[in-house]
Parts: sequence; C-alpha cells; structure tokens
Amino acid sequence: MTIAENAPVVEVIDAEEAARARRARINRIAKWTLPSLVMVLTILAWHLYVTINEIPHYILPGPVLVAQSILSDWELLWPAMLTTTRLTVFALLLAILGGVALAVAFTQSKWAEMSFFPYAVILQVTPVIAIAPLLQIYMESAFAAALACAWIVAFFPILSNTTIGLKSADHNLEDLFTIYGATRWQRLRLLAAPSALPFFLGGLKIAGGLALIGAVVAEFVIGRAGTGLGLASTLLEASYRFNFGRLYAALILISAMGVVIFAITSFISHMMLRKWHESALKRD
Amino acid sequence: MTPLAERPPLLTMSHIEKTFSGDVVALRDMNLTVNEGDFMSLLGPSGCGKSTALRLISGLMHPTRGKIDWAGGQGSDDLGVVFQEPTLMPWATVAQNVWLPFRLKGIGYNEVKDDILEALKLVGLENFQTAYPRELSGGMKMRVSIARAMVTKPRLILMDEPFAALDEITRFKLNNDLLELKAAIGCTVIFVTHSVFESVFLSDRIVVMAARPGRVIHELEVDTPYPRHESFRTSAEYAAHTRAASEALGEAIGEAA
Repeated sequence: MTIAENAPVVEVIDAEEAARARRARINRIAKWTLPSLVMVLTILAWHLYVTINEIPHYILPGPVLVAQSILSDWELLWPAMLTTTRLTVFALLLAILGGVALAVAFTQSKWAEMSFFPYAVILQVTPVIAIAPLLQIYMESAFAAALACAWIVAFFPILSNTTIGLKSADHNLEDLFTIYGATRWQRLRLLAAPSALPFFLGGLKIAGGLALIGAVVAEFVIGRAGTGLGLASTLLEASYRFNFGRLYAALILISAMGVVIFAITSFISHMMLRKWHESALKRD
Repeated sequence: MTPLAERPPLLTMSHIEKTFSGDVVALRDMNLTVNEGDFMSLLGPSGCGKSTALRLISGLMHPTRGKIDWAGGQGSDDLGVVFQEPTLMPWATVAQNVWLPFRLKGIGYNEVKDDILEALKLVGLENFQTAYPRELSGGMKMRVSIARAMVTKPRLILMDEPFAALDEITRFKLNNDLLELKAAIGCTVIFVTHSVFESVFLSDRIVVMAARPGRVIHELEVDTPYPRHESFRTSAEYAAHTRAASEALGEAIGEAA
C-alpha cells in the first residue's frame, strides 16, 4: 500500500471497465432524453397529421387546440381536477385504512378470514360499473357514492397483498419469537408488520392507479345526472358538446394525475425500503 | 473446566418419545442428561430426530411421552437459539437484531446498550452496529445470530447446524471462535451437526443418533481439554476421536439402512 500511496495516482482502467462506464453514462442520459424525444415526435406527428390532412377539430383536435383548451378552460378544469383528486385521495386513504385493518383482522383470526374473505372477493370481482347506479340510488350525496365506488376498486389489492405479507414472516423468526415469549402485539408489530411492508407497498402502487380508475368510472356513471363532479364528468360532457379540445384537455389531465400518483407511491415505496429490501437495491 | 463426571445436571430428558401424525416416530425412548458446562453435539444422519430433540428442548414442540426437567425449573432467560440460517430481521440493524431478546421482554435499548456492544465485541462485529444484514457476508450474519443468542447470557444455547451452509474456511474460523466464546461466557451448548469433524473439534460429549426411529445409539467423550486450537485438528488424538465417532456414525447409518 505504501508504494501506491507514494506513487502518483494513475487510474488504470481496462477497456472493458471503460466501456461499462461509458454505457452507464449513456444510459443515464438516455433514460430521460429518449422518452422526451418520443413525446416531442409524437406531438409533432399528431400536429402534422391534423394540419396536412385538414382533419376537422370535432374528429381529432390538433395539439395546439388542446393546449389552448387547457389554458382557456383552466377555470373550469382546475376545480374539476381538484374534485377528482379529492375523490381519488380519499378513496385511496380509506382503502389503506380498510384494507390494512381487514388484513390484520384476517391474520389475527382464522375464523374472521374464513367468514369474510369470500365476500371481499365477491366485492372485488363484481364490476364496479354495475354497482355504481345502485350506490347512486342509496346514497344521497353523489360525492359519497363516487367515493364508495373508487374505494371498492382500490381496497382489494391492499387487502390481499397485506394479508399475504403479514403471513410471509420467516418461519425461524416466528419460532424465535415464540421461544423468547413474544406477545401477540409484539409479534404483529415487530415481525408481521415489517415483513408485510414490501407487499403492502406493492399493493399501494396498484391501488393508487385503481383509485383513479374507480373515481373516473364513478364520475362517468354518477356524474351523468348533472351533478357536475370532476374531470371525468367534464370529459363526458365535452364529448356530448363535440368540444373535443376540452375533451382531450381533460383526458391529458387525468393521465397526468395517474402519472403523479404512480410517482408518489413509487417514491414512498423506495424511501421505506431502500435501506434493507432487495427490490430497492442496486446491483454492482 | 469441571471434569465431565463432576458437572451438575442442567437438563434431563427421560423416556422421550415423539410421534408425528401419520405414525412417523421421530424419537423413541430418548434418555439424555445435559450437564452444566457441556458442549454436547448431537451427531447423526438426516431423519434421526436431532432437530426434533432441539425443538422439544426449546419448547416449540411437546413430547408425545416422557418429560424434560430443568434443574431449578426453566425461566425465560434460559435459552439462546441459533438456526441453520442466520435468521436476522432484514429491516433492522445489527444492534437492533441483537437487542431482540431483551426487547421482547420489554427492556429498552439504552438499558442493555452495553450488553449488546459486549456481545458484538465477542463476535468481532463491534464496528457493524448500524449495518443492515444485507451488507454483511454469510459468516458475519451468523456471528450476529450467535451474538443475539448469547446476549442474555442464557444457561443453554441450542445450535441447529449453524455452520452447515458456510464454506469450509469460514466454518473452521467460526468453530475456533465459538470455542472462545463459550469459554468467555461459560454457558452450556447443544450443537446439532452431521459433520464428524465438527463434532469432535467442538464438543466434549458426542451423542450419536440413528434414524427410523430416531434414537440415541452411542455416547462418546472427547476428553481433550479446552482451549483447543487449530493444531488440534492435525493431532493424533483428534484422528483417534474422529475414527471412533465415524465408526459410531457408520453404525447409525448401517442400522437405518
């Protein structure tokens, strides 16, 4: 080591390592530039297609018109987006509460699981679009009915993932907890819950997207009666009026919401697992 | 160290029988007295019930017939366990993993900080307190597991083939270290293995078991005094003990076949 310390620092990198470093550098840049390039080209192609072929705006509006709609209709779109966001976030929060609580109940009591799990499945497999009109009849508030719809769709992945996760603890660790005389609560908090965390977070990512889908479906069905809910209702209304600029504007905003929800849930998952879980580790 | 014959008994298994559903007799009429300070190996082929015996002693299972008596009764601090896998909580740091036996008794981290540090020092990992298990090698994880088993200074440590999954160089090193550790904390060890060499190097009593049905067929004494060093592995004494243990094991395998 002393020789190396005294010698001038010369980094010796063989051709293979140099190529690897170069590839990594290129990948880092390409990860952002390539999708951006695809987006720019797509928008350009869309614009050219619409202008060259002189497509009427009630069949396919050009990107310029859509952008204009977003700006000019902002006072209408923004509150609608807030409503849809509120619906989605509340549904997701209730899904987390309900899903986790039920999963804990299922794993604490075999009887509870045997009794109720089949009904959780039935709730999940029945298409929510078929339930929505009923909810609209039985619930006074359109918002509450839509919330119930979105909740039904979002809560199942949390329930099923968390249930599996709570049961996935290492068997030897289970034995160790038994030998050391752990209480039920200690077992749940110190062993089952951390074991379930990666599963729960996987469920959360799916549920985030589903909550938005549930909210959109609910708005389509429930918002139709002129209750004026969120973005999806706006989209539907715009289609009746052949206002395709606004329709596309609403669609793009809904997509953007989905992307933001995915980004947030992925970030939460990464932050909670990065220190210990295999899924969050970079391989050397 | 107290000679074998003068050690007071710690645990007595009398006429233990364990039958699993489906008429599988895992253990038949097992009689065994573990004395204080013993380093006892349970040596035998797969299916001879050596792991079942450990599970019975640890209370994870109950015998179909017979009983297990602890001298002075069993308390909650009497056991430490090391499994074949390190069995660490991946979400917790090394220090938090070693804290676990205390934590489950409701003892806060700060109250036992010194015990945890001492245990980690004994296994040579005092600089890895804040590391997560995934950052450690297989041998280091096993050391954490051993530190966790001994941190409460239990009367008896059960080890179920702890080094079977490690490479030979790491295993030899851990064998040496384990003997030092045992000398340092002076506990009793029951060590399940199917390696003749490991059992001779480590233990002063070897209990040879045969399978179908699981039972004890021989008991050997390895009277070479501790501390035993690496040189013991190449001594004539070691060769003689190894031959005796191999013959006993051969008999155990022969009887099963």
